[in-house]
Order: sequence, then structure tokens, then C-alpha cells
Amino acid sequence: MSVTRRTVLKGMAAAAATSVTGVPKALARERKKPPAGAVGMLYDATRCIGCKACMVKCKEANQLPPDPGGKMGAIYDAPDDLTGYTKNVIKLYREGDRISYMKAQCMHCVDPACVSVCMIGAFRKDKQGVVTYDPGMCVGCRYCMMACPFNVPKYQWDVAFPKIVKCEMCRHLLAEGKLPACVEACPREAVIFGKLEDLKADARNRLAAEPGRYFPKVYGETDGGGTQVLYLSAAGIPFEKLGLPDIGDQPLPELSETLQHAVYQGFVAPIVLYGALGLVIYRNRKRQSSEEEGDK
Amino acid sequence: MNSHFRPVGGPILTGTFLVSAAIFIVSVAILIWRFIVGLGPTTAMNDLYPWGIWITYDVVVGTALACGGYAVALLCYVLNKGKYHHLIRPAILTSALGYSLAGVSVIIDLGRYWNVWKVPLLWNWNRNSILLEVAICIMTYVVVLWIELAPAFLEKWEEDAPWQWLRNLSLKIHPWLNRILIPLLALGILLPTMHQSSLGSMMLIAVHKLHKLWHTPMLPLLFLLSCIVMGYAAVVFETALADKVFKLPRETKLLAPLSVVMVVVLFAFLAVRVGDLALRGRLGLIFRFDFYSFMFLLEMALFVIPAVLLIFRRFRYNPGVEFLCAMMMMTAGLLYRFDAFLVGFKPAPNAAYFPSIPEMFVTLGLVAFEVMAYLFIVKIFPILGGVTHAAPRTGHGGVGVPASGG
Repeated sequence: MSVTRRTVLKGMAAAAATSVTGVPKALARERKKPPAGAVGMLYDATRCIGCKACMVKCKEANQLPPDPGGKMGAIYDAPDDLTGYTKNVIKLYREGDRISYMKAQCMHCVDPACVSVCMIGAFRKDKQGVVTYDPGMCVGCRYCMMACPFNVPKYQWDVAFPKIVKCEMCRHLLAEGKLPACVEACPREAVIFGKLEDLKADARNRLAAEPGRYFPKVYGETDGGGTQVLYLSAAGIPFEKLGLPDIGDQPLPELSETLQHAVYQGFVAPIVLYGALGLVIYRNRKRQSSEEEGDK
Repeated sequence: MNSHFRPVGGPILTGTFLVSAAIFIVSVAILIWRFIVGLGPTTAMNDLYPWGIWITYDVVVGTALACGGYAVALLCYVLNKGKYHHLIRPAILTSALGYSLAGVSVIIDLGRYWNVWKVPLLWNWNRNSILLEVAICIMTYVVVLWIELAPAFLEKWEEDAPWQWLRNLSLKIHPWLNRILIPLLALGILLPTMHQSSLGSMMLIAVHKLHKLWHTPMLPLLFLLSCIVMGYAAVVFETALADKVFKLPRETKLLAPLSVVMVVVLFAFLAVRVGDLALRGRLGLIFRFDFYSFMFLLEMALFVIPAVLLIFRRFRYNPGVEFLCAMMMMTAGLLYRFDAFLVGFKPAPNAAYFPSIPEMFVTLGLVAFEVMAYLFIVKIFPILGGVTHAAPRTGHGGVGVPASGG
């Protein structure tokens, strides 16, 4: 069969078709599981009293400066959200007489979007499942910030030599056998640290023991493919109110990576397309030059 | 000179050139400020909108408008519309300039640009990263484009080089370049096919943040189709302007048959766009008549009108209508890409972004630089076809009066 432009167009159409329709099952991406030694944190909003001791200890442990937040000229630490200088923040949700605190930090996803999109692996998952950041491999493209469904990675907007900042579960302390600073600081054990499986069991037990106390769901068990930071909320306060969106159970990288790898599997499609393009161009040019000679 | 391309000649320092230079100088001053104080004080980007117009316009829209080289190469070399070969060089020139400046824009936007040399190193690659594929493809394509354009420079220098060594070098390189031409041309079609579709794939990860009218697994296909439309429209736009400014014979008649191909591409885009929404049960979102449905309808109108107009032969051969259609196709693609990266991107209910004045000035400055470079290069080097007078030597001034026969 001779290669014609039709072949090329067909090839392009086929590539496009595989990219959008049924991706062959063999190429489908396997669901990721937490690593064997997975650790995690469990935050129980019903136990938190909003003292913010965790915020103070977090800044100390991670050597982050006070962040006056939106209050210009303020000298005290008062960030109203995670920022380029705040890896952990206690927020207040209030609606009528219902009140809840909320601890915002990195969720340490089982299948993190930030790790999936990062060009040269500044974001990685270590063997305990902690999502780590290596500024030495970061070009500051901020795709992680676009990708994260929880808007966790933050950027230092006000300096010439910025970093991306997010919670790394105090991995420098974990390495010394210590607890993450926020867990260490909490006077009410509202946030605890442990093996992910133990924390899941603990959370389920709490729900079972006091069903009237809690909103009937452990956030992070399956959300977005699962997270290693789990949340319990008070009865009547759904997680969306606390800033944890309903993102379903599918990990975010599943769609993008499946499509991308289907098209670029083994780099076969691009190579075939390249060869076909080369042949068609060669043939067309030869035909054209012979036509031009015929004109003379 | 052995090709039918000629430099247009004429003075370099024209009014347009000087105005562009002034804008460019202001933007350079802003850029110095940006590298001293960081992105926060100079732009409106923030933690919820980490990408602003420097990515959305300069890269995502800019490279698509610079797909003229891709669109014309596809039409000329693959669809074998040989008689349009004289459109290739101006198209490649704008592509080379557009893509190079997109690269510059990325460096300006990167927070930790000093690490960028680590990106091309194979052993660092995260093969899951779509941005990585886009980055590597674009870097390679910039090189391919300048090599594709090299004959224009070599032809000039072979005849008239400022230094003897440059002349000798040109004479030596030129035959060698002809030998690698076909693999190079094929690469020049493969790379944009890859990275333009992947630009769309980049937003696949924003499943919950991108509005449902724009988030779809079809993003790569829609981005590929839209870049062909935008690139082609940019060639029509630029050919019409160049013909007018340099008083060249009109090329519109030659372009008209190519516009038929665009009708096909436009309708393919519309079919995928609407068919996908229908299959996924999202058509209802169009008729909510909120801000997003309004943006969608505006975008659609700009795609539909040229698609319908260009069906008719008398409109295709009408220079005014064709120019208008080109403008609409460029705007349609621009709007689609803005919607998919910024307008439809809603990371949180309270999130907001509108570019700051300095930010817009930098984008304007890069466009101004592109205008300057274009004018300079077409006046000195043989880029434009259909120049019927003998090439005036530099310094003779004046845009030549069309003389008989080349």
C-alpha cells in the first residue's frame, strides 16, 4: 500500500480518536494505593477549639516568618488562608449559630495531581506517602497550583527568588522520630498522627461510637482517590462548608495520564506519524519538481 | 537570488517601527522591575490564579496564532497545494517570531527560571507531565522553525554579506541544509500536532476547577483543530496587511481555495464541540444565560459566522469578507483558549483575576517587538513572495514601484 496524504490524515484521525474515545483496557491506568508504610493525620473538627497553637508551632518548625495576611501593617501572624509563608491555618466556619473550626493544610493525596503535573519531579511521594517538595528541581511554573483540587501549593509572590510552599508533614521531624509540629502542639488531640490504616479505623470507630456527634463521612478515605490526611466534621456541617470540595472518588491524574499515555504509548504514534509525513512530503515534492520540469 | 522571494527594501526606521520600539522599551523597564521585586507587585496573578495573561495570551494564544507555518506546511506539503509555496516563508517567519517570544514569555513568567536548564535533561523527566511534553516540543520547534527559515538568510548572505566569512559559511551550509529539508519539514508538522493538542490536555487535570462547558476529554482535539484555524487565519490577515503596506499584488485570489479547507476544519471543530456537550448531557449549560453561557455563545458565533460565509464562492473571492472572516477566526480561537484557561477557570468561589497594567504592557511590548523584527527581516531578507520589482539594495529607500516581470 502506498503512503498517501490520506494515510497521514487517517493516522492523525486515529490518534485523535484513541485520545478521546475508548482507551484500550490494557492502557487504562491502575488505581494507586497508599505505600505500605503510609502515615497520615486525622483532624477531628469537633475537638478543635481554634487555639491556633498548631499554627505557631508549624511556623517555628518550618522556619516561616509571621504573615500578617490581609491586614496591612499588622505585626502579628494573622493569615486568612494558606500562603507562601503559611503551611497550616485554622479557619472558622460560621453560619447562624453553627460554628466549626477547620485545619487547612496539604492533604497528601494517594495519587496527587501536583506530582502528576510537575515537569521534573520537584513534587514526589516518599515511601511513607508524604508529598515532598524539592526547590532545587522547581522552575516555578505553578502548574501544581493550577492542578491541586484543594488549592494547597502556594507561591511567594512578593520576592525575586520565590519558592512554592506547602505542608510536607514535617518530614524533617519524622526523620528524627518526632511528630509533626502541629500534632505535637495540639492540646486537645484534635489532630493526631499515625499509620494511615490505624487512623482510618480510628475515624470509623469515632463515627460508630457517636453517630450524633459527626457528619456521617470520613473525608479523604476515598475522595479524589484517597488522601493521607483525613477529616471528621460535626453533625450537620458538610465538608464543602469547610472548604473540602466534593471531587468524587476518581484521582485527578487518571483522566489526563490515561489520555496522554494512550496517545504517546511507547512513542509509537508520533514515530509512525513522522515517518508517514516524511514519505508524503518526499513524494509530493518529487511529483511537483517533475511537473515543473515538464513545464519547461 | 535563486528563489522567487525578494526583500521588500525601504527604510527601517518608519513610524510603526518607532512606536513599536517605544512600547518595547517601556516593557523592558517593567521587566527589570519584575525581576527585582517578583511577580506579586507587577502582576495581578495570585494564589488562586497562578497563571495570567503571560501564559494564556503569550503562550496558549500566541503559539496558536503563530501556527501559520504549521497550517500552511500542512496545506502545501501534505495536502499538496503546491502553488501556495510562496506563502510559506512569511508564515514561517511569523511562526518563528511568535514561538520564540512565547519562549521568552515563559522565562519571564517562571518563578525559579534559574533552574530551567534542568528541564531538557532526559534523566529528570516526569513522563506523566503534559507540561513537560509541551515544553520540550516547543523548545525543539523553535529551533526547527529558525532552521526552516535559514535559507532566507543564507540566500541574502551568499550575495551580500557584511563579512566575507559569513558569505563563505552561507555558501557552505546551504547545500547541506537542502539535504535535511524533508526530515525537517516533517518535524515541523509533527511537533505542532503534538504540542498544540497537549496545550489542551494541560487543562484535563483541572477537572473540578474548569467550567463544565470547557472541561472535556476532547480538549486536545479541540486545541489541535483551533490552532489550524487560528494559524491559517493569521496568514490571511498578515498577507492582506503585508500586501497593503508593501504595495504587493494581492494574494487573496490564491488564498481563496485554501479557505475551503478551513470550512472543513471549522465545521469539524463545531461538530466535536457541540457533539461532545450533547453526548455528555451538558447542552443545558448553554441555555442558562449566565456569564459562562454568554461567553460560550459568543465564542460559538465567532466560529459559526466565518464557517458559513466561507462556504460561498463569492465571499471567498471577496478580499473584504475574507479579511473579516480571518479576523473572526483569530478572535474565535483566542476567546476559546482564554475561556479554557482563564475565564472558565474557577478555582474557588471568591477567586478573581484581571491583568494589571504593567502585566498587559509586557504582553503588548512582546507584540511590539514581533512587529519590529518582522518589519526589519522582510525588508532586508527575501521573505515575501510576489515582489515583482528587482530587490532594491539596502539604503536605496522607497518601496519599489511594481515593475514588469521579476
